[in-house]
Amino acid sequence: MKKIHMSKNTKTVIILLVLAVVIAVIPLVLNRDAEFGGSDDAGSVMIEEIRGEYTPWFTPVLETALGGELPGEVESLIFCVQTGIGVGVIAFFMGRFVERRKWMKGTDQE
Amino acid sequence: MTKKEKILLKASAAFAVLFAAAPVANAMHIMEGYLPAGYCIAWGVVCLPFLVAGFLSLKKKIKENRRNMTLIAMAGAFIFVISSLKIPAPTGSCSHMTGTGLGAILFGPAAVSILGIIVLLFQAILLAHGGLTTLGANTFSMAVAGPLVSFGIYKLCGKLKVNRKVSVFLAACLGDLFTYCVTSIQLALANPSEAGGVGASAVKFLGVFAPTQLPLAVIEGILTVVIVIGLETYAGPELRRIGFLPERSAGASADIAEGHGTEKGGAGK
Repeated sequence: MKKIHMSKNTKTVIILLVLAVVIAVIPLVLNRDAEFGGSDDAGSVMIEEIRGEYTPWFTPVLETALGGELPGEVESLIFCVQTGIGVGVIAFFMGRFVERRKWMKGTDQE
Repeated sequence: MTKKEKILLKASAAFAVLFAAAPVANAMHIMEGYLPAGYCIAWGVVCLPFLVAGFLSLKKKIKENRRNMTLIAMAGAFIFVISSLKIPAPTGSCSHMTGTGLGAILFGPAAVSILGIIVLLFQAILLAHGGLTTLGANTFSMAVAGPLVSFGIYKLCGKLKVNRKVSVFLAACLGDLFTYCVTSIQLALANPSEAGGVGASAVKFLGVFAPTQLPLAVIEGILTVVIVIGLETYAGPELRRIGFLPERSAGASADIAEGHGTEKGGAGK
């Protein structure tokens, strides 16, 4: 097999990314029965515990417009859109930077 | 400050007051309608000076060099990505990170307040996540307090000559944690418990958020280090232009340094 040369940074990045994934996945394996709901909800449960019954005094505009909660699948869609916008912008500029570095090799011009 | 900027500042202040007072919902993790109106307005007002300062600082950066836009956009996009990832925590609930550390390190805490509020508005309006009424409070925790800590820690590490990657990790990680501490305190202030008052409530809320957030803060630190490595490798000229990386040779001007993007951080082959 051909030996692949990796720079120190590449190795660091790979190790870090693997570490991040492991930290994120461990809870799923360890805590099989948990629901993994949002911790915001846990916060509102705590408010009720401290205050007794609590009715939010304002409903999200979106829920008012829809007349109910955003369906779960649609919510993940919008979260994906959010991720997509971010990744798109980062990837676009990163791609340009990477190409530029290639072109700049040997010249001093940007 | 020019005359035009002063007018802008006043207008933005007025707008912010209106905005905070209107029943808009907002942001990070305090849910819509869960914070009494008085607190909503108060937190909104507290955020105002930061937002105005942030706007002016971004404007200045762009005026200095239009190409600074690239990194600003990337820092904003990083917040978009990171705060959209809901990650499971050992406590059996999910939460997401803030992503504000990168912007704070690159552009300072004020600039991030603008980037952060954009994300908070997106989530409040389109996702009913956070809320418009709680926008002020959430902006303060995620886009002001957290970035301030990140920025402070990064600077401190710089003074102490800590390795840059470690500094970035600590800054992003602790900034993320601090955001959630502030959220807990905000909730506690509005919901003091009968037995122990605000303090007891704060402990309770921290008990909800902290164990969930701790591993996520570590992930946020890791991801921020990864993007910084990427930027250092490929965006040297940009980073030097905003003063994140030192100029290559003493006395060289930023413009001169711009021409030498190839070396340094050249570990990406």
